[in-house]
Amino acid sequence: MPNDYAHDPGAGATVLTTQTSIVENVLNLARKSSVWFLLFGLACCGIELMQTGGPRADLDRFGSVPRATPRQSDLMIVAGTLTYKMAIRCRLLYQQMPEPKYVLSMGSCATCGGLFQYSYSVVKGVDKIIPVDVYVPGCPPRPEALTEGFMRIQDLMMRERWKAKMRPRTEKRLGVQYQVPETV
Amino acid sequence: MTLSPEEIHAKAKAAFGEAVGELQPPAKDAFFTVTPAKIREVCAFLKEDPSLAFDFLEDVTATDHHPKEPLIRLVYHLFSYRHRHGIVVKAELPRDGASLPSLDPVWKAANWLEREVYDLFGVAFEGHPDLRRIMMPDDWVGHPLRKDYQEAGGYFDITNVRDSALVEFRRMDEAVRAAAEKSAATNATPATPATAPAAPAPAGGAQVH
Repeated sequence: MPNDYAHDPGAGATVLTTQTSIVENVLNLARKSSVWFLLFGLACCGIELMQTGGPRADLDRFGSVPRATPRQSDLMIVAGTLTYKMAIRCRLLYQQMPEPKYVLSMGSCATCGGLFQYSYSVVKGVDKIIPVDVYVPGCPPRPEALTEGFMRIQDLMMRERWKAKMRPRTEKRLGVQYQVPETV
Repeated sequence: MTLSPEEIHAKAKAAFGEAVGELQPPAKDAFFTVTPAKIREVCAFLKEDPSLAFDFLEDVTATDHHPKEPLIRLVYHLFSYRHRHGIVVKAELPRDGASLPSLDPVWKAANWLEREVYDLFGVAFEGHPDLRRIMMPDDWVGHPLRKDYQEAGGYFDITNVRDSALVEFRRMDEAVRAAAEKSAATNATPATPATAPAAPAPAGGAQVH
């Protein structure tokens, strides 16, 4: 049978193992050098996000450019105060991003609600609705801080396993089932 | 010609009599109070009269005086670009079933401003062409800037509670670990069904080369 080697745990499998580790390195290197992020400036952190893309901090030197659509994005930088009304949209945008996807929570508001956490309309941290990989504190964080958080995202990418890149979806990772209202 | 608040009030008082209250001494801006049912007529007069000509509705807002007094006070800031004078007009409403005529037929700017007051204070504007919420979600319950507003506890499945960071991160770790164990248990099928019994898959559902 032509597929006999598939049942043999011998030679073929060994070759595959070594090759995937090399492929993993190459893929991850390419991935971390072209992190396209979703523009998601919600408040004043968005201004600092623009500064990070500017000539002084220059996020572009990492091969990272902003995208206006979630379908071409690897990273979502949640920059600013997230309200309940926007949280539904935020979750929808996250679900539209292709795997593997990463979330960076920028600033106090996105991390825990920040200054506005006792408000009636503010979500107490973006990790209440989507899984967050890196938190950057600050109000707002300086471009250097955001760059540092971005480099931690790159570290995460270098640890990515090729076979395991399909990470569990939001619902499975947090172990809950979300309801999306029909009005959206 | 720019008119003083006293002159503006005198003109309105002469036209409407009882419906227009006394001019209050200015703590910041001089204002007078108008009977809610007459607000549209008074404002139309303030806009149409050539010597007043209030062509700009600067702002509509409200204050809730619960629990000292059971009333909501509407505040209208008017300005005239032609004469460079301004005045503040107020209207007092009962908190329960607060409603008064809309100013949309007078100034189109009132449309969104009144929607905001309706959204946050629950004041119904009669004759408003499109009285919907403007800032809170459409299915929000309650009017948040009322003094007796109670939070309903989040929005859909989004909680409004956040514990300390240690508690939060421990909870997240446990959820991720439980999900990983669950997926590992469901994915634990033997690679060669004929030979070996089911070996436990490595955590995280990793590769089996």
